[in-house]
Amino acid sequence: MPKELWKGNEAIAEAAVRAGLEAYFGYPITPQTEVLEYLSRRMPELGRAFVQAESELGAVNMVYGAACTGVRVMSSSSSPGVSLMMEGLSYIAGTEVPAVLINVMRGGPGLGNIAPAQSDYNQAVHGGGHGDYPRIVLAPASVQEAIDLTVLSFDLAEKYRMICMLILDGAIGQMMEPAEMPEMKPVNRKDFGWATNGTMGKRDRRLLTSIYLNPLDEEQTNLRLLTRWKQVQTHEVRYKEYFIDDAEIVIVGFGTAGRVALSAVRTAREQGIKVGLLRPITVSPFPIERLDQLTGQARAFLVTEMNTGQMLDDVQLAVHGRVPVEFYGRPGGVVPFPDEILNEIKRIASAPATAHTDARDAWLTRMTAQA
Amino acid sequence: MTTPANNLVYERPEAFTDMPTHYCPGCTHGVAHRLVAEVLEEMNIMDKAIGVAPVGCAVFAYNYFDIDFVEAPHGRAPAMATGVKRVLPDRVVFTYQGDGDLASIGMGEIVHAAARGENLTVIFINNANFGMTGGQMAPTTLPGMKTSSSQSGRDVETQGYPIKVSEMLSTLEGVGYCVRRSLHDPKNIRLAKKAIRTAFETQVRGLGFSMVELLSTCPTNWGMTPVNSLKFVEEHMIPAYPLGDYKISEAIKQIKI
Amino acid sequence: MAAKGWIEVSDTYCKGCELCISACPQDVIELNMSHLTPKGYHPAHTFKDGCTGCAICAVVCPDAAITVYREVTKVNTPVTA
Repeated sequence: MPKELWKGNEAIAEAAVRAGLEAYFGYPITPQTEVLEYLSRRMPELGRAFVQAESELGAVNMVYGAACTGVRVMSSSSSPGVSLMMEGLSYIAGTEVPAVLINVMRGGPGLGNIAPAQSDYNQAVHGGGHGDYPRIVLAPASVQEAIDLTVLSFDLAEKYRMICMLILDGAIGQMMEPAEMPEMKPVNRKDFGWATNGTMGKRDRRLLTSIYLNPLDEEQTNLRLLTRWKQVQTHEVRYKEYFIDDAEIVIVGFGTAGRVALSAVRTAREQGIKVGLLRPITVSPFPIERLDQLTGQARAFLVTEMNTGQMLDDVQLAVHGRVPVEFYGRPGGVVPFPDEILNEIKRIASAPATAHTDARDAWLTRMTAQA
Repeated sequence: MTTPANNLVYERPEAFTDMPTHYCPGCTHGVAHRLVAEVLEEMNIMDKAIGVAPVGCAVFAYNYFDIDFVEAPHGRAPAMATGVKRVLPDRVVFTYQGDGDLASIGMGEIVHAAARGENLTVIFINNANFGMTGGQMAPTTLPGMKTSSSQSGRDVETQGYPIKVSEMLSTLEGVGYCVRRSLHDPKNIRLAKKAIRTAFETQVRGLGFSMVELLSTCPTNWGMTPVNSLKFVEEHMIPAYPLGDYKISEAIKQIKI
Repeated sequence: MAAKGWIEVSDTYCKGCELCISACPQDVIELNMSHLTPKGYHPAHTFKDGCTGCAICAVVCPDAAITVYREVTKVNTPVTA
């Protein structure tokens, strides 16, 4: 297919349609609303289900219901709306049905603002709903990657009977870029052995629930989820590396923060600084092994995020104190400029912190000193 | 004693599984379940039926019906049922919800499912309290009624007034069929069954949202014998929640059962 | 003459709630105090003649525990397979 100019949110919507999306349930919230608007005309045109729900609570539970029938289903929202969906996500995880959720993140906490942010990393990767459940989280850094990962998310969700979330910030949702759409896939209803789609007189009844009243059964369920997660960790870790071969300083950044960091890395390279970028594409499962390997080569890591250091904790866990880890973040809906990250690269190149420095504290001190 | 088949007047519906219910002795949830099972069987729609269980005493409803079932988060059954029905419009989808589930935490979901005219059937059990958690006040608790969270009786000044769900939902254009029945005596049970049948017929014909509200008992939490609980329904519940047809669209009135 | 009927009450399902007893128009049902179900309830049973097979007990039974039979007074046409 030729490249066309696509807006991030609409690109995600069309990519989902081409991946066989049979039902979409959503609720308007900036900066995600174009997904809903686009699908409000596209889905009925194809005879597929679209409902603008009464709330994100309604939307996620419609997703839950449709997911139980085994069709490809999705919702999208932005930070405050995704918070409301956490109940449903926990149930979907506990019931082990596949579902895709797009979070076009904005500034928070609370009502926050509608500017791009990455402050829902912890909610997506570590937290969110109640209970012990893993989920796959993908973080695109361009419109093209948003398209590709949307298609992938349906395959992963189905393969592992698991939630697959895309977290992108409002910048990627709102920006327009040339991108190539995949071919339209025909809707292919698979005959999953678990779907509650009516016995139609051909099989025994099925039940989908997240209730296991006997704690021993619930314990087995938790272990089953974790065992499945081990498969995901083994097979599905994805990341992209730039200038990493001889890098002495390794920047770790996802989504837009990673993309901005790449501009800074290019400039730093022109100035002779050996810096590279590791951009996690799956922030869950996290590329722990790769970071572990890079501790043998890097003399410092710099984590860049549009929050106050959420992925930072995961990088620190992987690096394990062997190499200094530094942090540069712009929370609250502020997008860093490449120059800001370049300054950090230069600072670290001339005087890296020790492994004992608390990365977040040191960054906070620098930030508050500027202000 | 010989029991030839043509001597049989009544037997346990085939739409039931073999599992005994977990309901307290005399709880009319069991009657409501049985009526739904009988209707599914009589309409020969068990193969196409997908039930949505609530959170509350009926959380285990899925154990008792020999059909596909999903289990919703508290109050979200109408949303979940919407998701099922929109992708499988030829299936028969119903929710079974209590008054805490439907009229308290799930008020948003039920109102909007009804307003959208979702082609679903809702069986709504009104027993004026939260049964499963031990008899707390529900939106449907009668004024002055003692519950474990309104221990001196529901004080309407501080705890508000009962919500009349059927009256409220019947104001919505999307609703095709909305009636209130009671399970307190044989005659009313028969009328309730007829209403449940009509509600499912409404869905099968694609005539919009259908709901049957059933006044039901909660002997354990009311602190009454099952027989006295039926009297309580007759003497106190029905005056507060009058039985009747709150909305029946013209097309549904033509349905002959 | 009233039809003659009889009921079978399932030990598996009956919880001894007495709703059938209060509903029975013939007053022929009581709890069987000399018998316990596996769950520990005294189940309902007919304690005297007079059951007409009207099935009202089954209509009010919350546990679908009652099967109702009625003696066939007229000779029905045999059901052919």
